[in-house]
Amino acid sequence: MTDPITQTEAAAGSVPATSTRAVRRELRRQLFRSKTFIIGSLILLFWVFCAIAPGVVGTHDPSKQDPASKWIHPFFKEGHWLGTDRFGRDVFTRAIYGAREIMIIAPASVILGTAIGVVLGLAMGYFRGKLDDIISRVIEALMSLPVILVALLALTSLSGGRLTIILLIGFLFGPVIARTIRAAVITERDLDYVRAAELRGERSWYIMFVEILPNVFGPIVVEFTVRLGYAVFTMAGLAFIGFGTQPGSPDWGRTIFEERSSLLSDVWWPSLVPALALASLVVAINLVADAVQGLIDR
Amino acid sequence: MARYVLRRLGLTAITLFILSIVVFAVSAVLPGSVGRAILGPFADEASVVKLNQELGVDGPLISRYFDWIGGALRGDFGNSYKFRAPVMDFIPTALFSSLKLAAMTLIIVVPLGIIGGTYAALRQGKAADRFITIAGLSLAVTPEFVVGIVLILVFAVKLDWLPAGGSARGSVVDQIKVLILPALTLTAVLFGYLSRMARAGAIEALASDYTRTATLKGLPRSTVLRRHVLRNSLLPTIAVIASQMSYLLGGLLVTETLFNYRGLGLLISDAAGDRDVPMLMAAVFIVGALAMLMTLLADLLIAWLNPRVRLGGKQ
Repeated sequence: MTDPITQTEAAAGSVPATSTRAVRRELRRQLFRSKTFIIGSLILLFWVFCAIAPGVVGTHDPSKQDPASKWIHPFFKEGHWLGTDRFGRDVFTRAIYGAREIMIIAPASVILGTAIGVVLGLAMGYFRGKLDDIISRVIEALMSLPVILVALLALTSLSGGRLTIILLIGFLFGPVIARTIRAAVITERDLDYVRAAELRGERSWYIMFVEILPNVFGPIVVEFTVRLGYAVFTMAGLAFIGFGTQPGSPDWGRTIFEERSSLLSDVWWPSLVPALALASLVVAINLVADAVQGLIDR
Repeated sequence: MARYVLRRLGLTAITLFILSIVVFAVSAVLPGSVGRAILGPFADEASVVKLNQELGVDGPLISRYFDWIGGALRGDFGNSYKFRAPVMDFIPTALFSSLKLAAMTLIIVVPLGIIGGTYAALRQGKAADRFITIAGLSLAVTPEFVVGIVLILVFAVKLDWLPAGGSARGSVVDQIKVLILPALTLTAVLFGYLSRMARAGAIEALASDYTRTATLKGLPRSTVLRRHVLRNSLLPTIAVIASQMSYLLGGLLVTETLFNYRGLGLLISDAAGDRDVPMLMAAVFIVGALAMLMTLLADLLIAWLNPRVRLGGKQ
């Protein structure tokens, strides 16, 4: 870690509460100085834009089939920037539209997971004792299973709609996030301000949510950005196995699953283009997460 | 040491029990009917009820759980809905194939991760370090099939060096050829975690007093690295290899599907598609149990390698 950041952190610890806003501003300034953060957020913003208004970026109708012009090679031939797939659909346009599903599901599920994780983590870290022991065991058992496997198990009896996937990933990420928050809460709970609040006779929920929560904000933000990458990873994996999206949807994982067989006849663009789109999104999230972590983590 | 081992064994047994409840709960308690899921939305209610009866999924949950776990303890996980045969006819073969793939992956990723991480530690803060860290982390969250697609395209389609998929059969050389691309795919994802741990371990070891002493007493750089830095930085790395076993076993799901490799991952993926719940439950439970066992083994190995634990002190 470089010096200016350490200084910021030192400042954050010593300044009175009234200037937290100044500290925040300083943090933000540091963030916008980091090259990885800038590059990451630019790519991220591009995909957010595509998810909101794919029609502006896309050049064709994503689901319009045209058997006469199937498997046109890239680049920029016959009005198709990145060629067409086996149904003659425009590969570039489909890659743009493919952002939507993942850009809804991943953030929504991580917001849900973080909410669950924060409540659970605060309770576990603050109360400790039996409750903490029991939940910790369950989390450990849950964590010995990859999220995607538990999701698959659940999807045998649930319908695989968008909301189901969001709830599933959210509930499965919750405990994992709770573990991180719990660790942060444990280091806070013995500090003077918590004791002071206890002596003042504040209720537990007040101490947890008003006193401790703002002080574990850093780990929560880090956990959120990191989990966002995992949510994309999990959702894409599910889509690739054929869950969570409808056949023919331009979703990246689904498209790669459907187009991968033409790879062997050297028709690489219908699967490689969404693969690279997915990779760019994941790398972008990671660059942002890395920058945020570098600033907030102690 | 004996007390430590016993305590860890006890904890693992408890976690395993919770795991069985989790697996059962997720697959059986959630709303939705197995019969309905198999027959589809257009089947009439009577045949759904009849199928549910046939499959034995209409009894009370508690007794169904004890039927399932009781059978599991005797190595009987019930019959596959799809094949109408015991799931244990299928799982061992698939598991063995997957373990071959996992072993191949570890053979590639462990040395690579340790070398990469140690190298990054030696160039801490420089461009090479940043590159290894960010590339590793990015690969770690890039879905397996993205890397897999690129590997297939380059090495199977364009260069035609290796097969694009299939199962590991025949001579050892043939098997290795089939295993290389899927193993490299999994390597890409695991490399980030491993190298990060190896890097952290190496940085700590490099900054330690014993390394400084070793350097100051005039040992050559390579000896210092090998005998003092690496030996100490390997401990956290072992721990992370074990903790990533559950990921590795899950990563098999997507990787085996992409490469059409008949292992446990493809079995799970197919079973999920067919809503073959007993098959899925058994496979997922075995994956979880295996991952837990690996963590246990790693913890014991670490304890044994660490004299403070081995000789009876507190950890």
